[in-house]
Amino acid sequence: MIKGKFIDNLPKVYGIYTGGFLVFIIIMAIAEQAGMSAKMIGIFFVAFTVLIYALIGWLSRTLQTDAYYVAGRQVPTVFNGMATAADWMSGASFVAMAGGIYFKGYGYMALLVGWTGGYVLVASLLAPYLRKFGCYTVPDFIGTRYGGNLARFSAVIVLTVASFTYVTAQINATGTIASVALDIPFEIAVYVGLASILMCSMLGGMRAVTWTQVAQYIVLIIAYLLPVFWISNNIGAGFFPHFMLADEVARIAELEGQFGFVKNSAADLATVPKGLAGITKPHSSVNATPWAFISLAVCMMAGTASLPHVMMRYFTTPSVRTARRSVGWSLFFIFLLYSSAPMLATLSKISLMDPTLATGIIGKSVADVQALDWYQNWNQANLMFVSDFNGNGTLELNEFFMKGSAVVLATPEIAGLPYVISGLVAAGGMAAAMSTADGLVLAISNALSHDVYYKIINPKAETAKRLIVARVLLVLIGFAGATIAALEIQGILGSVIWAFDFAMSGLFFPLVLGVWWKRANAPGAVAGMLLGLISGTAYLVWVRSGGSGFLGITQLTFGIVGASVSLVSMIVVSLITAAPDAATQKMVDDVRIPSGKTILGKQH
Amino acid sequence: MSKQEQHWEKTRNLLFITLAIWFVFSIGIFLFGAEMQESSIRPFGYPLTYWFTCQGSLAIFVILIFWFAGRQEKIDDEFGFTEREGEQ
Repeated sequence: MIKGKFIDNLPKVYGIYTGGFLVFIIIMAIAEQAGMSAKMIGIFFVAFTVLIYALIGWLSRTLQTDAYYVAGRQVPTVFNGMATAADWMSGASFVAMAGGIYFKGYGYMALLVGWTGGYVLVASLLAPYLRKFGCYTVPDFIGTRYGGNLARFSAVIVLTVASFTYVTAQINATGTIASVALDIPFEIAVYVGLASILMCSMLGGMRAVTWTQVAQYIVLIIAYLLPVFWISNNIGAGFFPHFMLADEVARIAELEGQFGFVKNSAADLATVPKGLAGITKPHSSVNATPWAFISLAVCMMAGTASLPHVMMRYFTTPSVRTARRSVGWSLFFIFLLYSSAPMLATLSKISLMDPTLATGIIGKSVADVQALDWYQNWNQANLMFVSDFNGNGTLELNEFFMKGSAVVLATPEIAGLPYVISGLVAAGGMAAAMSTADGLVLAISNALSHDVYYKIINPKAETAKRLIVARVLLVLIGFAGATIAALEIQGILGSVIWAFDFAMSGLFFPLVLGVWWKRANAPGAVAGMLLGLISGTAYLVWVRSGGSGFLGITQLTFGIVGASVSLVSMIVVSLITAAPDAATQKMVDDVRIPSGKTILGKQH
Repeated sequence: MSKQEQHWEKTRNLLFITLAIWFVFSIGIFLFGAEMQESSIRPFGYPLTYWFTCQGSLAIFVILIFWFAGRQEKIDDEFGFTEREGEQ
C-alpha cells in the first residue's frame, strides 16, 4: 500500500510531516506559557517523536527480501542523502561532538574534517561500484568478489566487531537522553531506548529504517540549528552565526588570556564527579601537532569508507549514477550540522565565560552560581559541577566542570531559552542516536542472517524463514548491545572513534583493492582482513594497558597500525598465491562500468 | 585499446585528480596549521586554520563530490556506458 504511490509523493509526505512537527513545537511553546511543567514537555517531545518513528516502521513492514535488505532499491537521491545523514550522525555527532570541540578545541576539530572528508573516498572509490555489484551486504561483496566462505566470514567478523562497538555507544546515548527526558533510571532507560530502536527496524528492515531515518534527519537538523540561530540572535552575536561569530571567537581568546589556564591539583580533581571536565585548552588556536591532527583525521576518513552501515545505504538507490550523486547529498546534509557544531561550542563558551553577558558565570560568586536553577538541575543529573578550590568565593575558569554531552543538552537553558527548546534538543539527540543504532543493528543482523545463515549454513532456506531468522537476530543483537551499554565501559565519543579504527583496520583495503586491483585474490583479502583486525586490536590493548605506543599513534588512532598491516599483508599474500581466475577478472571489469546487469541478481 | 580500457583509464585519471584535491584540503593544509593561523587572510574574520576546520574544507568536499559525479557521468556517456532507465 505504501509502495509506488508513496515514492512519487515523498516531497509532499515529508513536507506535511515537517510542517506538522513545527506546529507541534509551537503547541508545546504555548503549553509552556500556559504553565506546563518542564518535565511534561520533555516527555511529550521524546514520546511523540518516537511514536511517529514507530508508526513509520509499522507502515513499512515487508515480507520481501529485496525490500527488507535494500529497500527495494528505489530510494531517490536526495532522500537517500537525508537517510544517510541521519544514519551517519549519531549520538556522538549530535550530543558529544560540540562538547569535544568545546573542551579540546583544534585537536578535536580533526573529527569535523575526518567525518566529512571520508565521503570523498566513499564517492570516488567505493559506493558506485558496490551499487553496480548489486549486493545486499558488505560481506556479500567480499564473499562474491574474492570467492569462498572464509573471505565472507572474515568480513562478517570485522563488520560485527566495528559495528557492535559503535552500537553500544548509540544505545548508551539513547539511554542517557531517555533517562534525562523521561526521568527514569539509566539502567531502565537503556531498554526503553532499545525498544524504540527495534520498533523502527524489525518489521520492515531496510525499508522501514530508510523512511524513519528521513523523518529522524528532519527532527535532528531542526533541533540542532534552531538553538544555534536563536542563541546567536539572543546575545546579539549576529543573525547568521556561521558567518558572524569572528568577534566572539576573538573575544574568547582574549578572555582565555585574561583568566589563564590554571592547572588543578590532583587532590582537587579527585572531588570532581567522574566524566566531567573543565576547559583546559584554548578555543581557536592551533594547539595540536600536525601529526596528532592529521592522524586522527586520516583514521576517521578511512573508517568512514569502511563502515558497513553507511556503505549499505548506497545499495538502496535505483542506479549507479544516483548512488554517486547521493553521496554528495549525504555530505551536504551532514555539512549543515557539522558546520554548526563549532558555532554552538563558541556560543556556549561565550555565554558562560563573558562576564559582560547576563548568562556569564565565570567571575561571579560561587554561591550565586550554585543558586541558579539550571545549575541545580544539571548538577543533580551529574552533568555539571562547580567547586571553590582556591577559597576566594569567586568562580574561576578552572573551577567549572561539565560533561561533554551537557554542552549541547544544557546550552539552550544556560543561554536563557525557553524550556521547549531543551525538549526539542532532547528529541533531536534521541533521533540522532536511534537512527544510527537502527542502521548498525540492521547491518550486523543482515550480515549474520544473509551471509552466515543463508549463504553459508542453509543456502536452501525459504524467503519466509530467512526473514524470520533476520528478525530474531536483530532482537538478540539489540539486547546484547543494550546489556553492554548498561555497563558504560567507554564514553560515547571514545567508543565511536574506536569503531572507525576497527572498521578501517579490517575492511578498508580489502574493499578498495577489490575494485581497484584486479590481482587481489581470496587468500590476500582474508590475510588483509584478519591480520589487520588482529594487529589493530593488539595495538589498542597494548596502549590501553600502559604501553608507550610508537610514532605518536594513540588509542584513538590505532587504525593506522591495523590498516598498514592489512595493506602489506594483502599485497604480499596476493602476489605469492595464484591470480584470480578469468571469471573473477571479468567480474571486476563488469563492476567498473555502470551499464549492464548487476553482478548478483535482483533477488538472491 | 578497447573501449572499456579507455573508459577505465579516464575514470582512473579522474580519481587521481579527485584524490589530489581531497588530499590538499584534508591533510596537506593541516601540515601548516600553525603558519596558516597567523596569516592575514581571515575569511569572515575567522583565523584561517580555524575557518578551514569548521567550514572551508567541509564545503570544498561537498562541491568536490558533485563535481566528481558530474565528470564521471560525462565519461560514462562518452563511451556509452550509462545505464538505461529501468535497467537493474
